[in-house]
Amino acid sequence: MKIIAFVKQVPDSAATVVVEDGKVSWGDAPLVINPWDEYAVEAALQQKEAHGGTVTAISMGDESAKEALKHALAMGCNEAILISDPALANVDTRATAEVLAAAVRKIGDADMIFFGRQAIDGDAGITPAQTARILGLPMLSFAASISVEGDTVKVERSIEEGRQIVSAKLPAVFTVVKDFGEPRYPSFMGIRKAARAQIPVWTLADLGIEAPKSVVSWPEIMNPPKREVTCEFIEGDSPEEIAEKLADKLIAEKVL
Amino acid sequence: MNFELTEEQRLWRKTVHDFVEAEVRPKAAEVDEKGEFNWEAVRKMGPLGLLGMNIPEEYGGADVGAIGAVIAMEELGWGCGSTALAIAAHNGLGTLPIVHYGTEEQKKRWLPLVTSGQGKLSALALTEPGAGSDLQGGVRTRAEKVGNEWVINGSKMWCTNASIAEYIITLVRTDPAGGSHSLSMILVPTDTPGLHIGPAEKKMGLKGSPTHAVTYEDVRVPLENLIGEEGRGLQQALATLDSGRLSIGALAIGLARAAHEYAVSYAKERRAFGKPIAELQAIQWMIADAATEIEAARHLLYYAAWLKDQGRPFTKEAAMAKLFATEMAERVCRNAIQIHGGYGYSREYPVERIYRDARLMTIGEGTSEIQRLVIARHELR
Repeated sequence: MKIIAFVKQVPDSAATVVVEDGKVSWGDAPLVINPWDEYAVEAALQQKEAHGGTVTAISMGDESAKEALKHALAMGCNEAILISDPALANVDTRATAEVLAAAVRKIGDADMIFFGRQAIDGDAGITPAQTARILGLPMLSFAASISVEGDTVKVERSIEEGRQIVSAKLPAVFTVVKDFGEPRYPSFMGIRKAARAQIPVWTLADLGIEAPKSVVSWPEIMNPPKREVTCEFIEGDSPEEIAEKLADKLIAEKVL
Repeated sequence: MNFELTEEQRLWRKTVHDFVEAEVRPKAAEVDEKGEFNWEAVRKMGPLGLLGMNIPEEYGGADVGAIGAVIAMEELGWGCGSTALAIAAHNGLGTLPIVHYGTEEQKKRWLPLVTSGQGKLSALALTEPGAGSDLQGGVRTRAEKVGNEWVINGSKMWCTNASIAEYIITLVRTDPAGGSHSLSMILVPTDTPGLHIGPAEKKMGLKGSPTHAVTYEDVRVPLENLIGEEGRGLQQALATLDSGRLSIGALAIGLARAAHEYAVSYAKERRAFGKPIAELQAIQWMIADAATEIEAARHLLYYAAWLKDQGRPFTKEAAMAKLFATEMAERVCRNAIQIHGGYGYSREYPVERIYRDARLMTIGEGTSEIQRLVIARHELR
């Protein structure tokens, strides 16, 4: 089984993200592996453990994205590849999908391709589907459980309406959700391996493609409007009195 | 000279930190309040490598090196003193004698069991009702050879992990004549008949780390449960304590760092005289001293750990690091409470618990006085 897990390096979910001078900034908050992608790596590793084979972690980004790849290696991935090219700065999801699809083709013969459900920075959540489409592969999204028998895969999808079972022939593209189960922590042995790993960098030339064109751009980015909040303490001699005052207030403010 | 952690150490620190932040720290208050050991987190520590930090890979360990171990212990201490102490005692005291002095068979039988996180942990019993720092003259627990067995009688005090251990390595007197070659280490499985583990001691802090009195009443174990050489128990115990001191020093730094972080964030939040108290010089001095002392302790400790990793003598440096780090932790925690004012004394805020936890660090695995004695002996020889 040849398995690929795509990961992205994103600002920590605890970071305060703001727009400064038309650019998105998260101050000096650390960058981390996209939390959803840890589920993708976990799913990939479980398939490897069940059916044998290898897991290759791939990230597209600048040099700092190697951190996300090292995390994936420390969790147990066999190898990692960074796709990095100055022409890829600020490309949209479709252009990204073209690059990722080219990487899948370059590796060749992939059976299962895993993504997290979305990246917590852009929050678009459509790169996996776009990649699947370019590759002409089935797209099995929001997987809560995955079972493979022969060349058929059955996925339990966790969707708003409930659960849905779908099946497809391999190879296929998957996105994994939280219901899949907690991703493992890296082990010290994995860390030792990750620390020593030389992560190859693939450019667009290595992938044999031209710089893909974005179809969506962000002409303007702004902070959400500030919400004015005033805080008022309601006082009284007894809980009953306070409750009465509060009720009057809520009616006056037309909350009730 | 290079002050950078290696890539491996940096990733290790991040991993342990993330683990502790998610699995250990959120339970720290509850563990202390209820006096319950955090098994749930410890079960997950096995695959990470936290239960076999000094154990070679072939016996299921992670062998993270001395610097790797102090990095992990600081993070654990930062998250929960109780859980950290149990892990320190397990890695430093409970497993190290087998790693250093055990036979191949002992290593294969016991080490994988206690590093996986699926079984229990390990413990070392040195202290007795009448023997603490003066083990050589004070240990009364006797082991006699009867046929192909050791028969052990006596009692031990303050045994960390006794009730959560697969075995207790017990320091016993094997030669009634006394002297520096009269003690030995014997491994006693905790399910051995005649071994009685008393109820958990009621302590000031570290309530989620069980400590027990242990009594041995005609406890019989096979002769091959001797760890290391007969008559070398004292020397083996002292060498084991050198490493244990690095762990306790690191744990103390973790406690101090946690208290310091809470103090800093409270000082920025709490207002008095129309401004945050962080703008008052009296508070700033305490914060500056804490930051400086934490840094100084960490440098001392890393140096001692580095010496150990180089295979060089580190007894004096380990004593210095333990002495300074643990006394520093008390000062920093004391001031963290001071910065919090009345709230700091309340159980609603974590600095009260951290202060109680820190208090043991200047006592366990060699009191401050013993550390000074060790250092002075090196200085005066």
